[in-house]
Amino acid sequence: MWADQILQGVLLGGYYALIACGLSFMFGILRIVNLAHGSIAVLSAYLVWVVAEQFKISPFLALIAVLPVMAAAGWLLQRTVLERSLRSGALTPLLSTFGLAVVIDNLLFQRFGADTRSLAPDIGDLAFNSWDLPGGASVGQLALITFVVAVALLGGLQLFLSRTPLGRAIRATSEDPDTAELVGIDSRNVFAAASAIAVVTVAIAGTFLAMRSTFDPYTGATQLIFAFEAIVIGGTGSLWGTLIGGIVLGVAQNIGSQINSEGFLIAGHVVFFVVLAARFFIAGRDPRALLRALRGATTRGATT
Amino acid sequence: MSAVVRDRTIAVQRWSRVSVSAVASLGLLLLVLAFGPLYLGADYTDRLTTLFIYVILAAMWNALAGYGGLVSIGQQAFFGLGAYAAIRLSNAGLEVYLALILAPLIVGILSVPLASFALRLRGGEFAIGMWVFAELAHLLVNLDTLVQGETGTSLIAISGFAPDARRAFNYWLALAVMTVLVGAVFFLLRSRTGAAIQAIRDNEEAAASVGVRVMVTKRLIFVLAAVGCAAAGALQLATLITFQPKTYFSVQWTAYMIFMTLVGGLGTFEGPILGAVIFFVVETLFGSDGVWYLVGLGASALLFSLLLPRGIWGALSTRFGIQLMPVGYRLQFGARAPEEPGK
Repeated sequence: MWADQILQGVLLGGYYALIACGLSFMFGILRIVNLAHGSIAVLSAYLVWVVAEQFKISPFLALIAVLPVMAAAGWLLQRTVLERSLRSGALTPLLSTFGLAVVIDNLLFQRFGADTRSLAPDIGDLAFNSWDLPGGASVGQLALITFVVAVALLGGLQLFLSRTPLGRAIRATSEDPDTAELVGIDSRNVFAAASAIAVVTVAIAGTFLAMRSTFDPYTGATQLIFAFEAIVIGGTGSLWGTLIGGIVLGVAQNIGSQINSEGFLIAGHVVFFVVLAARFFIAGRDPRALLRALRGATTRGATT
Repeated sequence: MSAVVRDRTIAVQRWSRVSVSAVASLGLLLLVLAFGPLYLGADYTDRLTTLFIYVILAAMWNALAGYGGLVSIGQQAFFGLGAYAAIRLSNAGLEVYLALILAPLIVGILSVPLASFALRLRGGEFAIGMWVFAELAHLLVNLDTLVQGETGTSLIAISGFAPDARRAFNYWLALAVMTVLVGAVFFLLRSRTGAAIQAIRDNEEAAASVGVRVMVTKRLIFVLAAVGCAAAGALQLATLITFQPKTYFSVQWTAYMIFMTLVGGLGTFEGPILGAVIFFVVETLFGSDGVWYLVGLGASALLFSLLLPRGIWGALSTRFGIQLMPVGYRLQFGARAPEEPGK
């Protein structure tokens, strides 16, 4: 039973990596912690839901229709809010994106009300079908697809950043926009493109959120927190670390849920703080002191 | 070169004529407010108590973000813990108003170890890290059998007072706590630490390089803000009586704090007080409009952060060079020179 919990936790971690992807990308490139991240994911979920309901099409097709819209939204977000925020200091992006989150959440509430929605009915069997594994465990098809999409997206972004001209331009601009301008890069457009890419990944994550569970206008805050926890547990700034962080978070939550009815969330938060504490503890060790201790040990070893 | 510039006599002043009269009128206002329950109706007494709570919240969030450079999305943690501690103390048999006063101090003591942890987080990490802390505090309080999860409980002991007496006591307690806390910020900013705080606000690395003990100063602000938000939570409990964890640990409280501080003036002393009054008026007028009102609050926070980052008060005081509360020093150049807008 524990093995099954851990397996389900790993798969859940795939979803966390997916939702964290855009937050991590935006933090890595634009140096912005986007507090509207979760709200944008939920906004995308509603858009996909509306398109799927309206035209009676599969959510996957609806997502393809929504992606260009969200890319444009990401572009606009950078040009209207983030760019200006970044210019007026390190704190401003936090304040402006938090304000934006409040606006998005409440506009969604105004339009769609408090009812919870889900895309699960729209994907038929996929929502509950699973593959049986030897040993009695089973793997949900949707959960596995989510995991694969997360890995593909993280890997794709990595390749995109290292191999393509735009990826290289984004990395260069992120390092130093002024110098990037010197070699002919339009840093404003490059940043806007990076923001568009980040928001596209958020839209994908939002769709998977809506397929795997229910959502309402205020679901965004929790998604932001999960995404952030995955990033911090995995080590900020590394896309693959985000996957590991998501898995650790998912496994911890699943184990916690076995202990107490509120254990799911508590275990996740506790693991987050434990990892942070461990990071501080290691960082607090003076490397020279460690070296001296090691040298002391070897000299002692030599004399005896 | 004008003659004015050659006149090198510079006087450093703390008080200006404006600030002397401002402080005097503030003292007078507090005196008038102190007798509030004697001449105000029940409704106004309650509403003013709420306003005092808002002023506390705005002043605390401003101390944290405006002076400490610490944007926290998790101040609702202390708000909720303050109310919870009051419930627990009162349940343990402590006199109810004593419980309301002691609760924030206990939360303050708890925030000391938290500070050394949280303050190692930077920028956005601190912001969401505090939010996670608030979520965790909420979940843990829910586990307490006394609270019974989201069902909640109430501050039963306070029902022992007649409604009028309770209303007046709450009002006086809120007024006193507000005066003490805002006064604490005022004297902190005027002290030697105040110079350190403003140096950190302007540039943390530079402040550290001239010998400001950044961590000690930030910890002081963090603990003060924790005590203040906890006191506001305890006061909210005294007026509402019921304790439902969801309403106290809601991120909405931090959204209100951000709105008040940003609109009034982040990093100014007078700004958040102005912001609290504006929020109070806006809430009275539009609070019943529900969602659109919240959209408006979010949009104002967004627009102010982008277009007027030092808020209404910040814009006014730079434009006209006024400062009502003497928290800084002003330079007065020679007798004939125009007055320089000081810090």
